[in-house]
Order: sequence, then C-alpha cells, then structure tokens
Amino acid sequence: MASTDTVSTGKPHAPPARDVPTRRAALLATVLVILLLVTGFVQSWNTALIILNMGLISAVMALGVNLQWGLAGLFNVGIMGFVALGGLAAVLMSMPPVTAAWSVGGGRLAAALAFGAAVVAGAALLRRRTAPGRTRAAGMFVLLLAGFAVFRWLLDPAVAAIESVNPSAGGYLGGLGLPILLSWPVGGLFAAGAAWLIGRTALGLRSDYLAIATLGIAEIVLAVLKNEDWLSRGVKNVSGLPRPVPYEVELQASATFVERTGRLGLDPVQASTLTVKLAWAGLFTVVLLMLLWLAQRALYSPWGRMMRAIRDNETAAAAMGKNVGARHLQVFVLGSAICGIAGAMLTTLDGQLTPGSYQPLRFTFLIWIMVIVGGSGNNVGAVLGGFLIWFLWVQVEPIGQWLMVLLTSGLADGSALKAHLLGSAAHMRLMTMGAILLLVFRFSPRGLVPER
Amino acid sequence: MDALNAIAALTNFVIVPALAYGSQLALGALGVTLVYGILRFSNFAHGDTMAFGAMCTILVTWTMQAAGIGAGPLPTALLALPFGIALTALWLLATDRVVYRFYRRQRVPSIVLVIVSAGVMFVTNGVVRFVIGPGDRNFDDGERFIVTAREFRELTGLREGLAIKTSQGITVLTAIVVVALLFWFLNRTRTGKSMRAYSDNEDLARLSGIDPERVVLVTWLIVAALATIAGTLYGLDKSFRPFVYFQLLLPLFAAAVIGGLGNPLGAIAGGFIVAFAEVTITYAWKKVATYLLPDELAPSGLLQMISTDYKVAISFTILVIVLLFRPTGLFRGQSL
Repeated sequence: MASTDTVSTGKPHAPPARDVPTRRAALLATVLVILLLVTGFVQSWNTALIILNMGLISAVMALGVNLQWGLAGLFNVGIMGFVALGGLAAVLMSMPPVTAAWSVGGGRLAAALAFGAAVVAGAALLRRRTAPGRTRAAGMFVLLLAGFAVFRWLLDPAVAAIESVNPSAGGYLGGLGLPILLSWPVGGLFAAGAAWLIGRTALGLRSDYLAIATLGIAEIVLAVLKNEDWLSRGVKNVSGLPRPVPYEVELQASATFVERTGRLGLDPVQASTLTVKLAWAGLFTVVLLMLLWLAQRALYSPWGRMMRAIRDNETAAAAMGKNVGARHLQVFVLGSAICGIAGAMLTTLDGQLTPGSYQPLRFTFLIWIMVIVGGSGNNVGAVLGGFLIWFLWVQVEPIGQWLMVLLTSGLADGSALKAHLLGSAAHMRLMTMGAILLLVFRFSPRGLVPER
Repeated sequence: MDALNAIAALTNFVIVPALAYGSQLALGALGVTLVYGILRFSNFAHGDTMAFGAMCTILVTWTMQAAGIGAGPLPTALLALPFGIALTALWLLATDRVVYRFYRRQRVPSIVLVIVSAGVMFVTNGVVRFVIGPGDRNFDDGERFIVTAREFRELTGLREGLAIKTSQGITVLTAIVVVALLFWFLNRTRTGKSMRAYSDNEDLARLSGIDPERVVLVTWLIVAALATIAGTLYGLDKSFRPFVYFQLLLPLFAAAVIGGLGNPLGAIAGGFIVAFAEVTITYAWKKVATYLLPDELAPSGLLQMISTDYKVAISFTILVIVLLFRPTGLFRGQSL
C-alpha cells in the first residue's frame, strides 16, 4: 500500500522478474500443498478435498475483495450481501419453474414489480423535469406514497397465491431451469447491479460512507432472502439444486466406473466421493485461474497503474485528468461481481440456498482477513491467503476445543466455571479472528506476499 | 370519543415506544458522533461497546441483587450503572492504548481506523459472548409499569389502554439528563471547550496548548458513559442479547449521518427521526384508522406499510436519501 508506482518499464504486460513477492508466494504455495497433503494422509483425503474446494471458492472471493481494497483502497463491509446475491442467482437460474405458482400469481407479480419500477422511474423523472421547491417535494412524496400503496395492492394477493401453492415443497416461482453453470456469471451480474447502485450513492463522499452503506445493503439482501418466500422460499431454504458434476450414486451404479476403480484397487463408494470432489475442484480451479489471469493482466496494464496511482494519491491522479469517481465505481462493481460469482459457486457446491447460514463474520470479515494476511494489492497473495485462512478456519476449531479441554483439565469435573469455559470455546473464533485482523494490520500490514 | 381512543392507541403503540427507542438511539449515536468528531473515524465497534457496557452493568446488577441491594420501585441496574461505566471506560482506554493510539500517531487515513475498529468489534463481541453467553439475559426488576393498560382504562373510561413501562419512563428521563449534562460539559467547561476546539481544528488546538492525548482520554470516558447508558437502557427496555447490538449499528450510523457526523445535536435529532420512522412505518394502522374513519370506510387490511422484518431497510433508506441529497447531514456547517 505504501510506495508509489515506478515509471513504466517499457514492457507494460510483463510482471516483474523473480523478486521477493514471487519467492514468498512460491514458499507459501508449497507450505499450503504440504498442509493439504498432511491433512490427506493424517485425517482423510475426503477432508482434504473438502477444504480444497472451499479454499478455491474463498480464493475467488479474496480476489474480488483484493481488487477493491488492494487496488483501490475501498472498504467493502457487505461482501456477505454480494455472495448471497450470487447464491440467489444459482436458484433463479437452475431450479425448474413452478408452473402452478406462475399461473396463479406470476402475471400479477410481474405487473407489480414493473409498476414499482415505473413509480421509481417516474419520481426520478419528476425530480429532473421540475424546478426544486416545496411543490416538487410534495409531488414526489405523494407519487411515491400512492405508488407504494398500489404496488402493495398488486403484490400482496400475488404473493399469497404463490406461497399457498404446495407450501411444503414449493411455494415459490422456481427458476428458469437452465444449466446451473450459467448462474455463475449471472450471479456476478446480480452482485454488479447491487454494487453499482451502492457505489453511485456512497462513492465520492467520505470514505467511511461506503463502509456504512455496504453494511446496510448486505443486511437488506439477507432480509429479502429470508422474508420473500415467493422468490427463494425464505428461511424454508431451496434444496436439491442441480449439479454440474455427477452424483456419487450414479457413479457407483455405472459398471465402467466400478470396474475401473476395482482395477486400481479402490472401494467404489470411497472412489466415487473422491471423484466427485475432484470434479468440483477442477471446475473451481478453471474459474479461479481465469479470474486470476484477468486480474493479473489488469494489474500490470496501464489501467492497473492508473488505479494504483489513484489509490496512492487521489489528488495527483485527478490533476493528471483521471476520473477518480468513475474508476472507483468501476473497480467496486468489478470486485463485487467476482464475489457474486463466488457466491453462486458456493451455493452450487452446497446444493442448497440457506439464507440463515450467511453470517458477517464468515462471509465478510473472514474474507477481509484472507486479503490482509495474504497481501493486499497482490492478487496471488490474496488467493494464497484465501487458502491459508480457510485451512486455519476449518482446522483451528478442533484445536481450540482441545486447548480449552487441556486448560480446564485442572478444574474439578462438574464445576460451573469449567462447564462455562468449555461451552464458550465456540465464541473464541470471534475473538481470534478480531485479534488476527488487528495483529496483522499492525505488525505486517503488507501481508505474507507483499505487493512489491 | 373515537378520536380520544385513536390518540390513546397511537400513544400506546407508536409515540411511547418510539420515544424510548429514539432516546436509546440518540444516546448511542452521540457516542458514534463524538468518536467521529474527535478521533475522526466511524467506529464500527460502538454497537458492541454498548453490549459490553450493558454486560458489565448486568454482572454488577446480579451481584447487587444477590446481596439484597435494590432501588425499591426502580430497577437495580440504575445503581449498577456507574460501575458498568467505569468498567467500560477501562476497556475502551485499553483498546485505545493497544490499538488506536498507534494509528493516531501515524496519522493514517480514516479508513484504516474504520477497519481496525471492525477488528475491535469482533474482539469485544467475543469477550461479551465468552463472559455472559450468547443467550437472552434478564436483569429487570422493580415495578414493571408506571401506568398499566387497565389502570388507564379505568381512569379515563376509554376503550383503548395506554401502558407505560418503567423502563420507558426511565429511558426518556435519563436521556434528557445525560444530554443536558453533555451539552453543559461541551459548552461551559474548559475541558469541553478544548474538545470542541480540537474537533474544529486539530493543529490550531495543539498550537494553543491543548494536550491531544487528554482530549482523547476524556472523549473515551464520555463515550463509555454514553454507550453503557444506552446499552443498559436498551437491554432494560427490550432484552439483553449480545448479537442484537451488532444490528443496532446501522440505525446508529443512520442517526449520526442524518444529523451530520460529528454534530451532537444532529445525532439526537437523527436518533428520534430513525426511531419514529421505524415505528410508524412498521406499525399496523388498522386500529387507529378504524377509530378515525367512518364505519363504511373502515380498512380491511392491516394498513402496515412494511413488515417489521424490514426494519433494517428503513434506516438504510433514510441513510441513502440523506447521502444522495444532503451528504453533510441536516444540520450542516456545524460540528461539536
């Protein structure tokens, strides 16, 4: 974050030759591979692959956040919201449409939504076309209030009708029934749209305002996901999303698969779970590598140099004729879109959308710690930080529990203090994460793989 | 008669709860705005500071209750408040010494302090959950009501009841006293004036011999008092659950931004604006409308604009409107 960019080297697309960051990145990558191998040998290969798959998704999120923070110095507290929007995209694209629900309330619902959009557009038009003053304010107020009443009058019966269609399994409109892989870019688009709205409002004001606004949008996205049952069944969750990889049972039923694994001397059940997880890992790796390649290209392009120049000195960059506001909006939208893609990937992997599982600690601040520990401003560092922190997040909890047992072993069994301490061990995660953030920020703000 | 019934219902369900909630938000937003004015960052840890203060007060309250100390009809928590404030002040000063002071001396951009305050938020939240647990804690005692709905009906002969909880009365009274004290301190005392000077122009204040560390120390002490009082009153009025205070963060910021960050008077106004907006927009107006409108026009629906699940959307919408049309807040051109 500290030093400024040097003059162009003549080969703008070539990353710098082997230097400290590259060596550090290679070292960290080796350590991560060893950690995963140890997990595979000591615990099980299944656990190692689960960690790897979530690590890949986390790395994509970290890449998006690094674009915003490392490259532009924007603090996004609403990563959770963009991730959840990606998850919503997975449902809306891939689930089969519930035709009964569409026929009872689909038309009216669409009309309600169109009407709502028209009212907002009308209010904006009214504001632009008429002179400022009391009359305009009153007119806009009346228009919005009346519009809202009509909107609810249109919406409520449609929602009630949709939600009463087979509420235990359906009760929502369903999706488009398209291949779920399509939902990954669409999840990025959803998140980009939300980010554009927020960025238009809060960027260009005091830097704190973006943090506050993103905090709010994340809470609202979750409130919508939890309460709008017609959209994605709310807290009743949507499960059974289609998968882009084969099911384990399908593999076990396939004669060629059983024969092939038999030849390798593997148990078909175990082999099928590993194969499926490897297939996931392959898909996620392709996405991660594509995004990483794009991010690296951007970082070492004139655009990337401009972004760093803006980050390091906004006034000077503006004086050079760079449009600081527009570039901030651009990079904020791009970074959020990557988080949306990761969100869609995550929901696809889970096979279900569970709004109750989105916690700010897990989906916002953990990603932040990945970026800061990995190395803000360095794409490879952020990606490796994603793997490392995810590994620790999974593996440290049993260690914490074990430590607490060890610490309290001196206390008499059945003592209230011991029970309390053991029960509270789960909350240690909050404290540990906060402490890691503070420590790294203070003592190693450049991260494990520094920017340069 | 119908009009009086409508007024009673409105007071019972909208005005009294919104006044109490608004007072709690105003006290909380004052803390946010003071930190912004003096230390120049949006403190994400403030909600959890309130939780920490309430937790300390609850622990002292339990000790007092066990020792048989009470305040008669008033909640024992009021007696425990000074101890809670002292413990919270110690915690805030410790975080300042360990975390914030380093960055203050480096004169880092404010966004770095915001991120660091998020780290402090998690540590504080973890401590609170570790000590008192994540569950619902009850520490209310004394008389529950100043006026119960039945008493009010018998007294006035109206159909509608009006209940005022002791916690609501105490909340509003305490808020008035605290705000009066705060403004007296900021406007009349030497230390308060030095704080305003520091907030206005840091370099000029240093030049005229104001010790910045002392200003920061006093600020944290005041913030500890405000946060503890706000957190305890909120816990008395609703109930104490550690995670709720994180959700208060958005209304608190909305209140502070409406009034213009760094402006105490604005924070108070903002607190009440957010509270009244939340309560009136999520209130089902059917009852009031039935009293006021002639029978043939009586509403069939609940007349609720937005369900309470979207409370957070209201503070957010207010925030967005202010940011779009008046980013410096309603009371611009004036700070501390």
